[in-house]
Amino acid sequence: MSVNTPATPGGAPNASLRPLRKPRRDWMGLLYVAPALALVLVFFLVPLGMTAWMSLHNWPLIGVPRWIGFANYRALWNDINFWNALAFTIRYTIAATIGLMLVGFALALLVEKPRPFAGFYRTAFFLPVVIGFASASLLWSWLSNVDSGLFSPLAEALGLTDGRLNLLATFAPAFWSVTAMVIWKMAGFYMVILMSGLHSIPADFTEAARIDGASALQRFRFITLPLVRRPFALALILCVSGSMLAFDQFYIILAGGPQNKTITAVYWIFSQSFVSFRLGYGAALSMVLLAILVVLSVIQLRLLGDKETAR
Amino acid sequence: MTMTATLPVTTSAPARRRGNARLYRVLFHVTGLLVALLFLAPIALVLLASFRPPAMAGHGLLSVQGLGFGNYGRLEDFGAGILHYAGNSLFVAVATAILTVVVSVFAGYGFSRFRFPFKSVAFVLILSTIMVPFQSILTPLFLILAKLGLQNTLSGLVLIYVTLQLPFSVFMMRNAFDAVPKEIEEAARIDGVKGLRSLIYVMGPLVFPGIVSVGLFAFLNAWNEFLAALVLLTDQDRYTLPVLVTAVRSGHYGSVDWGAVQAGVTVMMIPCLLLFLALQRYYIRGLTAGAVK
Repeated sequence: MSVNTPATPGGAPNASLRPLRKPRRDWMGLLYVAPALALVLVFFLVPLGMTAWMSLHNWPLIGVPRWIGFANYRALWNDINFWNALAFTIRYTIAATIGLMLVGFALALLVEKPRPFAGFYRTAFFLPVVIGFASASLLWSWLSNVDSGLFSPLAEALGLTDGRLNLLATFAPAFWSVTAMVIWKMAGFYMVILMSGLHSIPADFTEAARIDGASALQRFRFITLPLVRRPFALALILCVSGSMLAFDQFYIILAGGPQNKTITAVYWIFSQSFVSFRLGYGAALSMVLLAILVVLSVIQLRLLGDKETAR
Repeated sequence: MTMTATLPVTTSAPARRRGNARLYRVLFHVTGLLVALLFLAPIALVLLASFRPPAMAGHGLLSVQGLGFGNYGRLEDFGAGILHYAGNSLFVAVATAILTVVVSVFAGYGFSRFRFPFKSVAFVLILSTIMVPFQSILTPLFLILAKLGLQNTLSGLVLIYVTLQLPFSVFMMRNAFDAVPKEIEEAARIDGVKGLRSLIYVMGPLVFPGIVSVGLFAFLNAWNEFLAALVLLTDQDRYTLPVLVTAVRSGHYGSVDWGAVQAGVTVMMIPCLLLFLALQRYYIRGLTAGAVK
């Protein structure tokens, strides 16, 4: 082989070799992607099918599953706890998405241009992103603790509250405390995504507009905003689907409390499946959540009118 | 006379602009510093608090009296000891990173360089897994691991984490291989380097930045993942750090050892921060690869 090939500089002999080699190479390609496909098959496709199958059964942890048709879905329709959890999840998603997009975009605008120390600021804003949600939640549960934490004593010292206010005892402060944690932890992430959009705007656009006499505000409104739509769409989809699946922070910081008002959709699925061990019912809940997420993604893609970002 | 009168007029505009620029610069740095402080404060506070003895906990968040490793010591007495759980987490994270890199390098190479039946279907299938949250297929995963005899094992958790990393990693590696000119591989083949050896010795160094990004994300995500570990690991000795420290936070008889929690949070946090600071370039590249493409 190695003796032959240098002797054939033209295309003709090579071309005659190719049909011989091709069938083998076909299988080679499949061989290379086989491990990835096997994992996706066993740990994604099969479980996805099983979720649909299980949702039609009464499926206890121990014992024989029993076919019950759509009874789980009928039960779900009347499950006020699930709808409350879903309503709470949507409320949290709206708050977190608005907060993250605004803060992320503000941070991106702040450090977008290469100035001295801009890199340092970017890194500082981004650091909370790399610590996990569980770490951040545990850290926040300490900071929000009424006795040994930061917020309650600080508010008292600043004279904002009379005495110590237990942030986690009532719904509104507990909700906003967790939302603040998520904004603190994730704003840097959206900053980077939106910044990559700002950087992809050609400098001549803004330059030309400046020469034509457009003010900074006009340049922002008519050049920056329309051109960051793609990364904005991506950021929005990531943010909404991520928030709809929130679990760690509400489980760790609030344990669903106060008065079970902060149970998210995933939390409810978790408690039905792995606390009450109603696996079939949990699967039915999962199917509904899955459908909602797919519909949400499609709607967002349509609204932002960009098929490319679907990726 | 006329000269001296016009001189201030001609210089005043640039001078004013320079003054404005300086004002902007000061404003920029004041804002930047304040916001940076806000973002770094929680991390710094927990780091400091993790070394503060419980007796000093009431003395304010900035007190530095009697700092020591007492909190970490008490964490070592919890269950099988913090080092054991850190070992669990390290095993899961490293195994996930290595396996993800191997699987996605092969898959990326296959998708980039070969033609085979159902190629585009397979690629779309792998990428589409990103649309379905793993939270919704957790119950069957639990049952499948049990069928495979992997229930309550760290290896089972690793396989699931690797699958979760695949859409990002395969996409990333396919693009990395696409960016390598075909001529380089041709030249290697003419020199007699083919197949796996060509992939490892010729292509490997060229796609190395992609490999680092993929490995880094896999490590960090596996190190930090909470829900799957909480559900799939039932034996306390198998816990990873996030599950363990959450158990520590739940406390004994209603009292919470916040010192131990702070130490646990620090142990979880520090590797992530160091890895990110060391490999920041690769992290950001991995993050923006999806946004730009």
